[in-house]
Amino acid sequence: MTLHDLYLLSPELSLASLGMVVIILDMVLRRKGVLAAVSVVGLLAPLAFSISLWGDLSGEPDGQMVGIFNTLVVDKFSLFFKFLVMGIVALVVMSSVEYVSRLRQFQGEYYGLMLFSASGMMLLAATTDLISTYVALELTTLPLVALAAFLRDSRSTEAGIKFLLLSAMSSAVLLYGMTLTYGFTGTTQLVEIFERLGASLDATVPFGSHALFLGVIMIVAGFGFKIAAVPFQMWVPDVYEGAPTPITAYLSVASKAAGFAIILRVFYIGFGEISLDWAALFAVLSAVSMTVGNLVAIAQKNIKRMLAYSTIAHAGFLMVGVASIAARVPVGETTLGPSGVLFYLVAYAVTNLAAFFAIIAISNRTGSDMISSFAGMGRRAPFLAIILAFAIVSLLGIPPTAGFMGKLYMFSAAMKSDLAWLVVVGVVNSAISAYYYLKVIRVMYMVDPEGEEKIHVAYAPQAALYITALGILALGIFPGPLMTVAEKAVAVLFR
Amino acid sequence: MSLIHFQVLSAALFSIGVYGVLARRSAVMVLLALELMLNAVNVNLIAFAAYGEQVQATGQVIAIFVITVAAAEVGLAMAIILRLFRDRASVDVDEVDLMKW
Repeated sequence: MTLHDLYLLSPELSLASLGMVVIILDMVLRRKGVLAAVSVVGLLAPLAFSISLWGDLSGEPDGQMVGIFNTLVVDKFSLFFKFLVMGIVALVVMSSVEYVSRLRQFQGEYYGLMLFSASGMMLLAATTDLISTYVALELTTLPLVALAAFLRDSRSTEAGIKFLLLSAMSSAVLLYGMTLTYGFTGTTQLVEIFERLGASLDATVPFGSHALFLGVIMIVAGFGFKIAAVPFQMWVPDVYEGAPTPITAYLSVASKAAGFAIILRVFYIGFGEISLDWAALFAVLSAVSMTVGNLVAIAQKNIKRMLAYSTIAHAGFLMVGVASIAARVPVGETTLGPSGVLFYLVAYAVTNLAAFFAIIAISNRTGSDMISSFAGMGRRAPFLAIILAFAIVSLLGIPPTAGFMGKLYMFSAAMKSDLAWLVVVGVVNSAISAYYYLKVIRVMYMVDPEGEEKIHVAYAPQAALYITALGILALGIFPGPLMTVAEKAVAVLFR
Repeated sequence: MSLIHFQVLSAALFSIGVYGVLARRSAVMVLLALELMLNAVNVNLIAFAAYGEQVQATGQVIAIFVITVAAAEVGLAMAIILRLFRDRASVDVDEVDLMKW
C-alpha cells in the first residue's frame, strides 16, 4: 500500500468520506436542507480526482494504472463509469430534496447511504480481481437494501427483506461460481484467468471444462440478479414498488450500470477464451428478458411497477450488446457491442431518471403511484407531463431521442455478429412496449383530471429535470462525442 | 482425505442451504440457510487453497472476506427482520406478500 495506491483509490475514498461527513453534519445541523447541497457540492472532490486520473492516463504506455496488490485498475473504462455514477448520484440527490424533507429523521443517513453505495459502484467498475469484485458488489448492495427499507412502513420493509434475502442468495451463488473458477485456474486475477484458460481448455465440452461450465453459469446467475435479467428478476417489481421513489430511480440506473460494468470486465477479460459459449447464453437471456419484461409490463397499473418491468426489458436490450462478442472478429468494427452498451447505459440513465423525476414530482402531490392518478396531468402540470412524455418516447426508442440511438447501436452490433434473430426479437419487443408506454401518455393528455390544482416543482428537482431532458435530446441528436469516448473506454477490454 | 472429499462436502452444504432458503418459512431460518451456502463457499475456497497445484493463501484470504461481509449482511438482515416483526408480529416469509405480480 503506497501513496500512489491511495491516489488511485482517491475518487472512491473521497466519495465514502463525503458520505460520512453528511451523516455527521446531520447530527450537528438543524437546517437539514443543507445536507443535499453538501452532497452535491462535495461530489466535486471525487470528480476532480477522477479528472486528474484521466489526465495521468495519457502518460501511461498501456493506458492503465494498477494498484492495491493488482486488485484495482484505473483505466478509461473504470473512469467512464465513475463519471456516470457521480452524475447519477448528483441528479438523484437533487430530485430527492422535496421527498426527503418530509422524512422526520435520518435525512443524513439517506444521502450518506446513497454515497456509500455509489463508492461501491465505482469500485466495481475498477476491479480486476474476483475478491474485490465480491466486496465491491456487497458495498453496492447493502446500502441499497437499507435505503429500500428506509420508509419503515410495511411496503418498504417488505421491499427491504425481499431485496436482502434474494441478493444474499445471489451473492452466495456468484461466490460459489467464483470459487469453482478459482479452483480450476488457481488464480483470482482476471488477466491470469484468461492466460491460464488458454492452455487448459477441452474444445469438445461446452465452456471448455465441466467445472468452468458450472462456474460460469453460476457467475452469470449472480450478475444477472444485479442487472435484473430474467429469470433472476423476481425481486425487481416488489423492491421498485416498495422503495422510496428516488431510490427506485437510483437503483434502476446506477446499479444496472455498475452490473454491466463488471459483466463486461469479467467476461471480456477473464473469460475471453470461451466467449462464444457465454455469448450464446447472454443472447438467450436477452431475448427472454425483453419478452417477459414487456409482456408482464402491459398488465401493470402502478407506474413504478410498470417501470420495473420496463427496466427488465431494457436489461434485455443491453445484453444484446454483451452477446455481440463475435463483433470482435472483423477488423474495424471491433468494439461496437460493448461501446454500444456504454452508450445505452448513459442514454438509459438520462431517460429513466427524467421519467422517475417527473413521477416523483407528481406523486409527491397526488400521493399515489397508480397510472390512473396521472389523469389530466397535461393540464395540471404541463411542464412535468411534457418531460414524462418525452422520456417515455425515449424509452420506447423513437427518434430524435437518446433511447433511439442506444437501440440503433445495440441492433447494429448484433447484426454484425450474426445475431439477426435477436434483432428481430428486439424490434418486435419495441413494438410491444409501445402499448404500455403510450398508455401513460394517453392518460396524461386524453383523460380528464381529478382536480384542477396545479402542481409546482421546487428549484433543485426542476434543474434535475431540465438536465436529464436536455441529455435525452442531446444524445439523440449528437451521439457522436459520447460514442467516441465509449469506444476509447472499451479499448482496454480488447487486448 | 483429498480434494474431492471437500468438494462433495461443499456441494452438499450448498445444496442443503439452497433447500433451506426455498423451503423454510421463518426469515431467521432462511438467513441461517444463507449462512450455510456461504460456508460451503468457504470450505471450497480453503480446500482449493490447500490442495491446489501450488499451495497459496489466496483462498484463505477470500474466505476471511466472505466471513466479514456475511457478518455485515446478518447485521442488516436482523435490523430489517426486527422491523418486519414490529410491523406484523410475524417473521414468516410466506406472509410477506403485500406486493405481488
